[in-house]
Amino acid sequence: MAITLSGSDTIPAPPLSARLTTQQVWGILLLVPYLLVFLAFVVYPVGYGLWLARNPANYVALYNDPIFARAAVNTLIFLVIGINVKMLIALFLSGFFAQQRPWIKWLSVIFILPWAVPSIPTILSVRFMLNPEWGMVNHFIFSLTGDDGPNWLNDPTVALTMAIAVHIWKSLPFWTLILLTGRLAIPQDLYEASEVDGASPWQKFRFITWPSMQMLYVTCTLLSMIWTLGDFNSVYLLTGGGPADLTHVLSTLGIRYLRLDQLSLAMASIVCAIPFVLPLMYFMMKRLSR
Amino acid sequence: MKLPTLREVGTEAKLLLIGIPVFIWTMIPIYHMFLFAISPKEDAFSGKLWPDHPTLHNFHIVFYQEHYFLRDFWIQFWNSTVIALAAGALTLFIATAAAFSISRLKVPGGRWVMNLALFTYFIPAAFLAVPMYRTMGNYGLLNNHWSLILAMVTIASPYAIWVLKQASDKLPVELDEAAVMDGATTLQLFRLVYVPLMMPSLVAIGTYAVLLAWNEYLYAFLLLSKDTDITLPVALGNFLAADDSPWELLMTTGFIYALPPAAVYYAFKRYMVGGLTAGAVKS
Repeated sequence: MAITLSGSDTIPAPPLSARLTTQQVWGILLLVPYLLVFLAFVVYPVGYGLWLARNPANYVALYNDPIFARAAVNTLIFLVIGINVKMLIALFLSGFFAQQRPWIKWLSVIFILPWAVPSIPTILSVRFMLNPEWGMVNHFIFSLTGDDGPNWLNDPTVALTMAIAVHIWKSLPFWTLILLTGRLAIPQDLYEASEVDGASPWQKFRFITWPSMQMLYVTCTLLSMIWTLGDFNSVYLLTGGGPADLTHVLSTLGIRYLRLDQLSLAMASIVCAIPFVLPLMYFMMKRLSR
Repeated sequence: MKLPTLREVGTEAKLLLIGIPVFIWTMIPIYHMFLFAISPKEDAFSGKLWPDHPTLHNFHIVFYQEHYFLRDFWIQFWNSTVIALAAGALTLFIATAAAFSISRLKVPGGRWVMNLALFTYFIPAAFLAVPMYRTMGNYGLLNNHWSLILAMVTIASPYAIWVLKQASDKLPVELDEAAVMDGATTLQLFRLVYVPLMMPSLVAIGTYAVLLAWNEYLYAFLLLSKDTDITLPVALGNFLAADDSPWELLMTTGFIYALPPAAVYYAFKRYMVGGLTAGAVKS
């Protein structure tokens, strides 16, 4: 150790080693605040929650609760359809926003608004737009067709679709921006060279854009899955889990059990998601900790 | 001036065909909120695209707390502000210290702490909320602003540490070595070299944490319940408790609540885009 140190460094050994120890002491001291937060508000709650969910009877109760099965299916639909639609649109729009036009630059400033404003008032705004009697959407349908529009949030399929739409509305700008950053990092001369070779727009996408972005795209999709699992607002504030508790997802269901004072059931419903979440978390940690 | 060719006109038309729907899709819920805020109740419920009698009366009612649902508006606004700023400051302190320690001081086990933080970052927020609620109860912090501040710090600091560590890894080691050669202590190194150089990232992270706390609904509604303790988003959610909610006032309050974060976002956009999105997902 001493040999390698003196080999790479010209400072005399004794003061350096003394400095190193004070530095290390400071280093540990500066980590203490975060470690305290981590122990008190991550380790303890997670451990305590898992301990609460240890009783197998909880899982029998969940298995027998039709709302849980429905929420699990809804979560799957939300993830598989919602996220893939969102990421495909984001990929498409990242190409649109990569165009150099002054008006597109302005549009990109406006486009980020859903991400920049808090989700509560905007989701509630959508909720009223879909109100069957007074909402703007049904007023519009009535003025076009003379018929009453559907009762949007009273049909579980439509209500869940609307919740997914709200989720997409809110988070599309963020992912478009990320994919746009990735797209702009592709060297421009690749496109120029393909232009000379007479490549079609589809070929440019297929052989230049996609190969350089696919890893980013997959990472974004997986990260978005984790965040969407934790998305409580889109469903809760739009449908409240209704009608008849048919539009719950796992995040709102856990809170529902919690509000009904069934904490161990709430934890058990989350524990059921762990086998799906852990591989995602593992993959993301591998990607980001390099 | 050169006339555009037919092909250029075609490309522009195709772009507009994408751009116009994107604009409408983006603006509808926000415009709808704004429309309600400037409409008297009759106009708001009539489904018109512009009110017959636009008015600022709703803002007057909100600012003077002249409605049952709004009687604690200002104290709730104050709660939101204090909690957001406290969470921002605390996150900034904790994350800067940790990132400096891990990245610059190369503290043993630093990589391990970084991984723990990342692990926390990837726990879905709504899942952690359930045991967090009980934990705050056990600590006796329920209905105390500290519970929400600490919860927000817990959620914001992992990402903050990660972004700051990425940014500080890019600073040249020679700077630290030179400062140490000149006899700088570790604290001086932190204060005089590290913090000034990291300023853009610190602004971005501070903004990130403040906005996160200001916008938070789920944790706020679980952890705080008294009308004079809650933050604005919880108050907005409480409007739904009544069947005949005054939606025009709800939207007005929501509009007022949405303005500060939007303004902050655009004011710091330059930092946010550089500091956060580049670090958000490494390609």
